[in-house]
Amino acid sequence: MSTMPSNASQPVLSVEHIAVHFGGLIAITDMSFVVNQGEIVSLIGPNGAGKTTAFNVITGFLRPTKGEVRYKNTSLSNLKPHEVTSLGLARTFQRTSVFQSVTVFENVMIGLHRRSRSTLLDTLLALPREGRAEAELRSLAHELLEIVGIARRADELAGSLSYGDQRLLGVALALATDPSMLLLDEPVSGMNATETARFMELLNKLHGRGMSILLVEHDVPMVMGVSDRIVVLNYGRIIAEGPPAAIRGNPEVIRAYLGEGASRHAAH
Amino acid sequence: MKRLVPYIALAAFASVPLWLHDPYLLNAFITTGILIVAAMSLNLLLGYTGQLSLGHVAFFGIGAYTSALVSLGFDVELIGGIRVVHEPWPVWTGFVIGTLVAALCGYAVGKLSFKVRGAYFVIVTISFAEVVRLVALNWVELTQGPLALTSIPPMTLGFPGVGYLDFYSKQSNYYLVLAVLVVSYIVIQRLVYSRVGRAMIALKENESLAVSVGIDVTRYLVLAAIFSAGIAGAAGSLYAHYLKIIDPDVFAFLYTVTMVIMVISGGKGTLAGPIVGGLIFGFIPVAARSFATPEIQWILYGLLMIIIVFVLPKGIVPAVEKWFSAPNTSVDPEPLQAKMHDTP
Ligand SMILES: Nc1ncnc2c1ncn2[C@@H]1O[C@H](COP(=O)(O)OP(=O)(O)OP(=O)(O)O)[C@@H](O)[C@H]1O
Ligand SMILES: [Mg+2]
Repeated sequence: MSTMPSNASQPVLSVEHIAVHFGGLIAITDMSFVVNQGEIVSLIGPNGAGKTTAFNVITGFLRPTKGEVRYKNTSLSNLKPHEVTSLGLARTFQRTSVFQSVTVFENVMIGLHRRSRSTLLDTLLALPREGRAEAELRSLAHELLEIVGIARRADELAGSLSYGDQRLLGVALALATDPSMLLLDEPVSGMNATETARFMELLNKLHGRGMSILLVEHDVPMVMGVSDRIVVLNYGRIIAEGPPAAIRGNPEVIRAYLGEGASRHAAH
Repeated sequence: MKRLVPYIALAAFASVPLWLHDPYLLNAFITTGILIVAAMSLNLLLGYTGQLSLGHVAFFGIGAYTSALVSLGFDVELIGGIRVVHEPWPVWTGFVIGTLVAALCGYAVGKLSFKVRGAYFVIVTISFAEVVRLVALNWVELTQGPLALTSIPPMTLGFPGVGYLDFYSKQSNYYLVLAVLVVSYIVIQRLVYSRVGRAMIALKENESLAVSVGIDVTRYLVLAAIFSAGIAGAAGSLYAHYLKIIDPDVFAFLYTVTMVIMVISGGKGTLAGPIVGGLIFGFIPVAARSFATPEIQWILYGLLMIIIVFVLPKGIVPAVEKWFSAPNTSVDPEPLQAKMHDTP
């Protein structure tokens, strides 16, 4: 281990032989892959391939039928979602998910839940520590809104934001938990080209800070552009894995996405 | 201006015994005040976590009985011939213990039922209230059953060496209730405007998202149940020592319904809602007594409730707040923006 030049290839997240059955439906079969420290890995595949299901398993929202997920060598098997979050693993949701009826700023304040050092007693007795903790959270909240680029919207109701801005707020909420790894479920779906470009910038910024990222996305150019590695899922099974260049030319991937005819066409 | 409202209201209520000497009306203020405290406690659960406790009166009754029994003393024989004898303790310890026992019951009910939430929580709370009522009715040796616990001493605050205060008069009881109301209000306010309250609101709004940012659902729901039940228990204790008599009817479903009506009409999830709703529904019987029989009073009660819910579905307080802030929002460029979005 000490002979490794850097920790860049240390797996932080390892998914080991996961299977998920919903009654008779097999959503995932024997899925194994790793995400290394600081990597951006994309999980792609056609609709219904099992990507969101994989996210739900990793983040503790769903118990797998078989297999285990480990994060930084801790097994996540028996953890509840909020416990997974406190290990530094944060997620966003495929369907836009913000606290609709409170302001953007309050959303992030909620997201900062785990970051406050005030106790129940501080709160009830209005001790000085409570005031300091709250002031600290407020400045963190402003910072996060700056990072994702929606600080101008701070006082608006989250539900009144544009679709793209709600997606960004979702990312701010995940970032508020101070994660070391982010799981993003189709973050740019519904964003226009400018918003997508801005989002890719954000992703690169986070990547630059050493954040490990697992990305589910249908936007193929974006996936090819940002990913270190790509894992391709079809009918709950991993059919290919590798750097973008290798995935692009993989006949099985093309077949999965475009059907038989297209793959024969591509092979010629 | 808005920040001053609570202080103005407090000053106004503090002045009531100075100019109001009619014992009937003062009594109405006191009993309404006690019910308002109970409604405030219900609001913490219903308004902030979104959980409907339809057995909330159980905590109120438990506080009342516990406080009364601690201050009256009792002598009961348990199964196996074990006798438990309790000598009367100072009344204020009854208040404290009543509050704590109710809070403990809140903890138990919360732990048991929040795993299954929603409709199940409603059912568990109703059943809990009914079980407690049956215990109060049938454990005659402890509670006197339907004969009621009588001669409950009035609240006394004793400080050895300093002297003591007792609450015999209506005036003093009025101030006692007002003091408990203010403390409860502050406790709820502190909770709601902190990370605890934010966690509760998050759970009500979007549970999956709340959990994904690291909020422990069970912890915050149980915490809300503990505080809610404890405050209801404190109200129950005030009730017992004010009326000096309690029977199993304190567990009547009607009281829970009254609390729910107070919270919903005033505005759930607002600090002032239960107070406004409580004053209205606490004083309807008073206002109507000169011209209506009790049956008619109940019909009026129901009608008013229906009208409020239809006209102001969010309750009175949110409607008033919106009305006061309306001049600002109406000059907002909102309609303009909407128009711009419409144009292709
Ligand atoms: N809770 C559930 N109960 C039953 N079946 C489910 C459940 N969740 C997902 N499925 C099924 O599992 C399969 C995988 O779904 P999943 O949502 O993981 O796909 P996905 O790859 O995220 O697709 P998309 O790209 O459309 O988001 C689908 O066939 C889906 O219908
Ligand atoms: Mg999906």
